[in-house]
Formats: sequence, structure tokens, C-alpha cells
Amino acid sequence: MSRTFFAKNPSVLWFLLILALFTLAVTVLSEAYGVAFISTSFVKTLGKTLCLALVALAMDLIWGYAGILSLGHMAFFALGGYMIGMWLMYARTEEIVVAALAQGGLPATAEEIRQGVATQIFGVVGASDFPLIWVFAHSFWAQIALVVLGPGILALVFGWLAFRSRVTGVYLSILSQAMTLALALYLFQNDSGLRGNNGLSGLQNLPGLDAVSQDDVSMWFFWASALALGIGYVLLAWVVSGKFGSVIRAIRDDEQRVRFLGYSVEGYKLFAFTLTAVIAAIAGALYYPQAGIINPAELAPIASIYLAVWVAIGGRGRLYGAVIGAAFVSLLSSWFTGGRAPSIPLGFYTIDWVDWWLVILGLSFVAVTLFAPKGIGGLFDLWQGLRSPNRRGAPLGPDDGALMEKEAKE
Amino acid sequence: MTALLEVSGVSVTFDGFRAINNLSFNIEAAELRAIIGPNGAGKTTFMDIVTGKTRPDTGTVTFGERSISLLSLSEAQIARAGVGRKFQRPTVFEDQTVAENLTMALKAQRAPWRVLFWRETQADRDKVAALAAEVGLSDALARKSGELSHGQKQWLEIGMLLAQEPRLLLVDEPAAGMTLAEREHTTALLVEMAKTRAVVVVEHDMEFVRRLNCKVTVLHEGSVLAEGSLDHVTRNPQVIEVYLGRG
Repeated sequence: MSRTFFAKNPSVLWFLLILALFTLAVTVLSEAYGVAFISTSFVKTLGKTLCLALVALAMDLIWGYAGILSLGHMAFFALGGYMIGMWLMYARTEEIVVAALAQGGLPATAEEIRQGVATQIFGVVGASDFPLIWVFAHSFWAQIALVVLGPGILALVFGWLAFRSRVTGVYLSILSQAMTLALALYLFQNDSGLRGNNGLSGLQNLPGLDAVSQDDVSMWFFWASALALGIGYVLLAWVVSGKFGSVIRAIRDDEQRVRFLGYSVEGYKLFAFTLTAVIAAIAGALYYPQAGIINPAELAPIASIYLAVWVAIGGRGRLYGAVIGAAFVSLLSSWFTGGRAPSIPLGFYTIDWVDWWLVILGLSFVAVTLFAPKGIGGLFDLWQGLRSPNRRGAPLGPDDGALMEKEAKE
Repeated sequence: MTALLEVSGVSVTFDGFRAINNLSFNIEAAELRAIIGPNGAGKTTFMDIVTGKTRPDTGTVTFGERSISLLSLSEAQIARAGVGRKFQRPTVFEDQTVAENLTMALKAQRAPWRVLFWRETQADRDKVAALAAEVGLSDALARKSGELSHGQKQWLEIGMLLAQEPRLLLVDEPAAGMTLAEREHTTALLVEMAKTRAVVVVEHDMEFVRRLNCKVTVLHEGSVLAEGSLDHVTRNPQVIEVYLGRG
């Protein structure tokens, strides 16, 4: 399979090569393992960008290929972050509590430790007991499993209800957005069990690794993110390359016809929806330890809309388009909103990019939709077209120079 | 004698309008049947009911030797049971190549998991090539089907139906928009297909129906008005009144 797969999809090899070179370059320039040209905080930004590229890949499968404009995938992303965040916070707090209790002389009982951890974590929301959903928080492997199972089961149930009722198009977008908003509002409550609007914090500190500096940790997460993106890319390229890809693109274009071919459209949609939700959750689980903090604002519907904007600008329906869009727009966005872009004084008015960036982003989204529906990825077609022009139609003669059908008509 | 498709006592109402009114008839396992009737006679609604797109208010539709009821199945399940449908306008997936269109239609496992791990074998490639040859698209296998002419798209869709290997084929106005030569080719193909399976052709064009030379069912206001050979039904005074008389 592998040889023909890569032969049929040369862009996969190119992508892996570029990703590997990029990873190597960042490693060589990093503070931890190289010449210290790139600051640790920028390494984290790049690592986070790779995670965003991974969730954009998932969005491209569900939107660009299957035609389902989900405005809820950043909720799965954030849930993945919450799941890993619970363990990080529990294990880290436990260490601190054990160290503090050990100074009393007598060894602390398990119950005392548990109580101490709960008070530390939930003091901010006025509680001192573990809510039910923290029952597995002490176990790394259980929380890792929950990264996949939590968002996966949510997507399965939501998708089953929505697709079974044949909710499509803009109605599905609205429904998925409502799910995201409901989840965010729920998590904002103090008694939701996830610390309300405080969210989970201190996630950048890995338990048991106090001696290791953030310079190293940031590189580890960067590598893990690059690896996840590489695996995700190959997986999705494989999914869309075969008959499955054919069927989901057909569903995008005419789902009624696909039903008459004997394919259960709902099953395919549910499969794609759940798979992409799980990929989004894994991306989130890698993202938030690099961000260090997660709170319910991350689930706001606007986050999922940004995701759609990245994919649209990068180019729907091609995987590298989604990666380019996510990387390009999110890096540009953090440059503009980070206050690093110089303001432009016009005399009567000063253009402050923190305010105006959103306007630019909105305008470019509209412009891309109207004038370049293929997005940035379309530039590759342009380049391909220059090398071997598509002259439309079949050749009328045996030679390379023979007129093509449409040309002959002109 | 058991029929392949048995429609009995089917009625369906849309907002008070009776589109199908106590409709009953049978199709044999290897039979070519033409269904004619004026506009609004219920021809398309009948196809919608058999393929699962529309649920009737009353009546039964059973299919196959074991007489499974089609009314409790989804469109996809009905298609898998062996009912193929050709739409009036060619509906092929224009963004995909002719080969991809045919491959998708090939009779095979349809469950997502099976399709995900499905890999093309030499036998599949041969089948696709044979189908393309049958409908005259051998040279166009690698072309996007959106680039094909109208007639070629019709042929591609017929090829996709053949690939599904249905036991009952519902064909909606196959001759629409075809040239004379294409019509002859279509007629021959339909007659040939009806030797091994049931083919139901819904058609307006009497000349085309005459070419098919088969049993004809005339629908009017949602029920069967007359049935028999074309000559037989065209002599029926009621048929002349509601349908032919308007000519």
C-alpha cells in the first residue's frame, strides 16, 4: 500500500519533508538544544501553531471534504485540553501538598493528602471536595484515555442525534455552535467542577520534572506536536485518498444521490465527525500544556469560527491548505494582536492594529470567499498550471502540441 | 407466481393532494415495463416510494423472493437490497473522475469501516474498464465527469447503475435530451438489461415507448388506468381521453 499511496499523493512526502526540516531548524535554533536564537516563548508559540494546524486538518476533513461546516470543533479541542489539564493540575498540586505536609514531621495519610489537594485546587471556587468528574484525575493513563473518549463520545452522541434527523447545511452549523456555547456557559459556572471561569492553570509545569527547565519542556512539546501533526497528516491523507474520500466528497456534492448508491450517508458523516473530534481533542491536549492555562473562554463559539476562517483562507478541500491557513493566519494574528505591529499615525487618526486586525481578517475572509475560493492553497494550482497547463478536454491529436477539444472550438 | 416488486393499495397525500391513490401492480423478475401518464399522474412519486424517499400513508411495497417490505428500510438499505434508480437529469459527481464515479458504484461492502480499508484489486479495475467500455467511456476514465457532455453523463450514470448490479432498475425519462443514435443505443441497452433483471422505464415519449416494445402501465391521478401492450392501451377510450387526446 505505502509505495502506491505516496506515489499517488506526492504532496504527503513534501509535507513531511518540510515539517521535518522545520522541526530540525527550530531545534537547532532553540535555547535548549541549539544556538539559542529562538526564545523559549517563541518555541511555545510555534508548538502551539502546529497543534492549531492539526485541528485545522480535522476541520478540513469535516468541512472541506465532507461539506459539514461544524462550528464546534474548537470545543472538542478545548475539552481535550481540559482532560489532560486535570491530570497535570492534580499531580502537580499533589506534589506540593505532600512536600508541605512532610514538613510537619509525621507522614501524611492518603486522606489528608487528598483533602489538601482538593482544597488547593477548588479553594478559588469555594469548594473543598473533588467533584465526581475528577475521579480519574490521579491517573495519567485514565486521563489520556479520556482525551479521546470524552470528546469522542460527545461527538458521537451529538452527531448521531443531528445526522439521524438529517440536519444539514447552515442548520447543522447553528446546532453545533449552540452545543459549543452551551458547553462554555456550563463550564463558566463555579459548580461545574472545572473551576468555573478560573479554568485550569499551571499546566506548563510537568509533575515530577521540577529540575527540568521550561526551555527543554517546550522543545519536548514542540517535537510531540510536530509528530502528531505528521501522523495526523498521513492518516487524513490516507483517509481521503481511497474510496472513503470519494464517498465523503460525493456526500458533500449530492448526498441524496449517494443514498441511492446504497451508502448510508449518516454513518459516513458520523464517522468523519467523530474522527475529526478525536483529532481535535488530541491537538488540544498537546496545545494547552504549552499555553499553560485553559478556561471556558477557549470554548467560545468565536474560536470555532476562527478555525473555519483559517481553513477557508488556507484552502478548503486540500490538506496542506488547512495547515498553511492555520499557521499563516494564527501567527499573523498573534503578531498583530500582540502589540508588536507598529501603529500607523495618520495625523487625525492612529491605526492601532490590535483593534484593526479583526477588520482586516474579516475583509480578507470575505475577499477569499468571493474571489479566491481555493484560498492560499490555490496558488499551488497556479504554479502547477504554469508548468503543465490544463488546456481542458481530451487531446484531438497524438502529439503534445495537438489542440484540445475546447481550444478547437474557440 | 411471485413478483419481484409488489405494490399494493398504496396511497400518499401531500397537503391534501392525493398524489397516489390506491395504486397496485406487480413487476416480474425479468421484465421490461414502461410507465406512462400525463403530468401529475404520480410517476415520480411512485419511484420516490419504491426507493424510500417518500413514505406512503397506506399500502405495502414488497420486494424479492422473501417479500421484504421496502417501507421500513432507508434509501441506502433499499439500494443495497437491489433497487437502482436513474434520475431524469444526469446526476454524476462532477468533481470526480469517471473511474472514481464507477468505482463508488461498484457492488461491494458499503459500511464506512469496510470502505475505509477497501483497496482496489485488479478485478475491480477490470470491472470498471469493462463498464466504461460498455457505455463508451473507455477513453474518458481519467477525466473529471464534469467535463463530459450531457449525453456522456447520461451514459456514465447508466454505467454506475450497471455497476450496482441492481435487480430492479427504475429509469426516469432515459431518452430526454438524447440524439437519435443515442436513443437507439439506449433502447438496445434497456432491452438487454431487462433479460436478467426488472427494468421500469418512466417515459413521456410514446415513440420511445414503442421502440421498447414491452408491457405498458398507464397511470392517471395516482392509480392504474390501463395495462397491457402499447397498442392495447392506446385503443382504450379512457386513455385516449386523459392522455392521448390532449396531444
